[in-house]
Amino acid sequence: MEIDARGIYYRDLNRKIRSAVEAGERRFVLRNVNGQRYIADGIDEKITMEIYGTPGQDMAAFMKGPEIIVHGNAQDGVGNTMDDGKIVINGMAGDIVGYGMRGGRIYIRGDVGYRVGIHMKAYKDKVPVIVIGGKAGDFLGEYMAGGIIVLLGMFGGDRNGRPPAGYFLGTGMHGGVIYIRGTVETHRLGKGLKPAELNEEERKELRIFLEDFCSTFELNINGILKEEFYRIAPNTHRPYGNMYAY
Amino acid sequence: MNWNYQKDISGCGLSGLINKNGDRVSGEVIVRSIATQHDRGNGLGGGFAAYGIYPDFKDHYALHIMCESRQAQADVEAFLKSAVYIVHQEKIPTRPNSRIVNVPLLNRYFVKPRPDGDVTVFDQGISEDDFIVRLVMKVNLDIGGAYVFSSGRNMGAFKGVGYPEDIADFYRLEEYEGYIWTAHNRFPTNTPGWWGGAHPFTILDWSIVHNGEISSYGINKRYLEMFGYHCTLLTDTEVVAYLLDLLIRKHHLPIELACMALAPPFWQEIDRMDDDQKKLCRAIRMVYGSALLNGPFAILFAFNGGLVGLNDRIKLRPLVAATRGDTVYMASEESAIREICPDPERVWAPKAGDPVIAKLNPAAVEMQPFSMPLKTGGKR
Repeated sequence: MEIDARGIYYRDLNRKIRSAVEAGERRFVLRNVNGQRYIADGIDEKITMEIYGTPGQDMAAFMKGPEIIVHGNAQDGVGNTMDDGKIVINGMAGDIVGYGMRGGRIYIRGDVGYRVGIHMKAYKDKVPVIVIGGKAGDFLGEYMAGGIIVLLGMFGGDRNGRPPAGYFLGTGMHGGVIYIRGTVETHRLGKGLKPAELNEEERKELRIFLEDFCSTFELNINGILKEEFYRIAPNTHRPYGNMYAY
Repeated sequence: MNWNYQKDISGCGLSGLINKNGDRVSGEVIVRSIATQHDRGNGLGGGFAAYGIYPDFKDHYALHIMCESRQAQADVEAFLKSAVYIVHQEKIPTRPNSRIVNVPLLNRYFVKPRPDGDVTVFDQGISEDDFIVRLVMKVNLDIGGAYVFSSGRNMGAFKGVGYPEDIADFYRLEEYEGYIWTAHNRFPTNTPGWWGGAHPFTILDWSIVHNGEISSYGINKRYLEMFGYHCTLLTDTEVVAYLLDLLIRKHHLPIELACMALAPPFWQEIDRMDDDQKKLCRAIRMVYGSALLNGPFAILFAFNGGLVGLNDRIKLRPLVAATRGDTVYMASEESAIREICPDPERVWAPKAGDPVIAKLNPAAVEMQPFSMPLKTGGKR
């Protein structure tokens, strides 16, 4: 199903998509999207959706299963509390990508904003993954409880001279792992975090995500692997357990 | 608990544009942009600032005044007669809009200070700009039910209670042409949604639209009072307009440093700077500690010479910028920019705490050169 979204109010657009999904439609192409909120929120069928334009806030929130490809930039709140599925963004994305995400994958070719992956969590085999081709703002992986964030710092826009990650990286982190390409200055990390080198098993795990990322965006993995990756993870399960104990 | 309760998830919406060559565009453009962000507001405030709209009176201060009663208007006009030359006065043109109600009396006066008149309320020998600032403060403070909501030259603010697209229709903004436009869609949180409390807030040609809340309002307000600025409009954002006037026009800080005073680097960042930078940042933080804005904010401020966007230091509100040709756009959401500029050359999310400064090219607009301090006719 192809929808020209120009000038359609977000509620009408989402109603149209929802009733088409209910009627059995599984492939969507949305054209001229501009700022409509909540696209594909809560949809729990295996649909595919290509979006041309700039989708609005909280795209794919609570989503469970769809594959969404954005040919352009996305705004804030992409994949908020997302449960399963895949989101591919060919441009950049705004703040709080993958907020409270608990499953599925989000691949962003370019830069992302602040607080990406905040409150991400994992349970058993449900491990959410965010791979960022560009650079990230402050508070990447803040309060992270599980899941995987990979930060390449390579394919972004004009953040020249800035390091791949901002300040307060992994602040309050107590689970999950962040892989960063290239060196990380310790003062940019949240309290108690230290970058570590990868062991063989971690290298293998990382390679799986990178291969998928590269095939998604038609990139060469060798160029990405030219530089060393570092791993940031909390030392213990409850690093802040004694914070308020006297 | 009512499980059917539907929360309107919103924050204020901002949009602004500047043509750096001073080419003017109709208000219709910015209205389309802010209307894209309709759902960021809740109908309790909308407003616009426009620059270059009064070329026929470009040397006069354009006072936009709202009055809650005929008595208030009579009081204001009696006061103005004693304090300024009025070259022209009229009702601000409006058209009826069913969604814009409880409208105050809206008039505008194009004025110059009147040094030969009854100026006993003011000190002798102050600059024209200072004269106008004091006049605005006096009206807002002393004349009940009357508020000056715009006081710059060749610019004007238009605001009220309603969605911005309805406010624009009400004020007939498509009939104005400006080289800078800013727009605001309000979702009031801590303060009342009333006509005076809509954004933009202005003093002289400074105008500000703001998304967020300024939790340092009390400190900022008391600091400003020491310099004769009085906050009367019941909204936190008002302090920013006066801070800009104080820091940039009065204290002659470059825009970059004024923005640093509002959103300074953290001490831990300063510790790692080189010595010169460290000295500068420490000085700004110490001298202007009371000008620091705490709390989440994305602001756009404009003046006759440019448009500036600024975020709080930890990016608690959205802001996107873009350029195409000589036009610079800034908005809460990228879609608000794409609505009026589908194919920007560059789109980026500004770094928190770093201002995006788009200045007018020198001499782009006749008689309104960018200069700091503003040149005035007053004796010092």
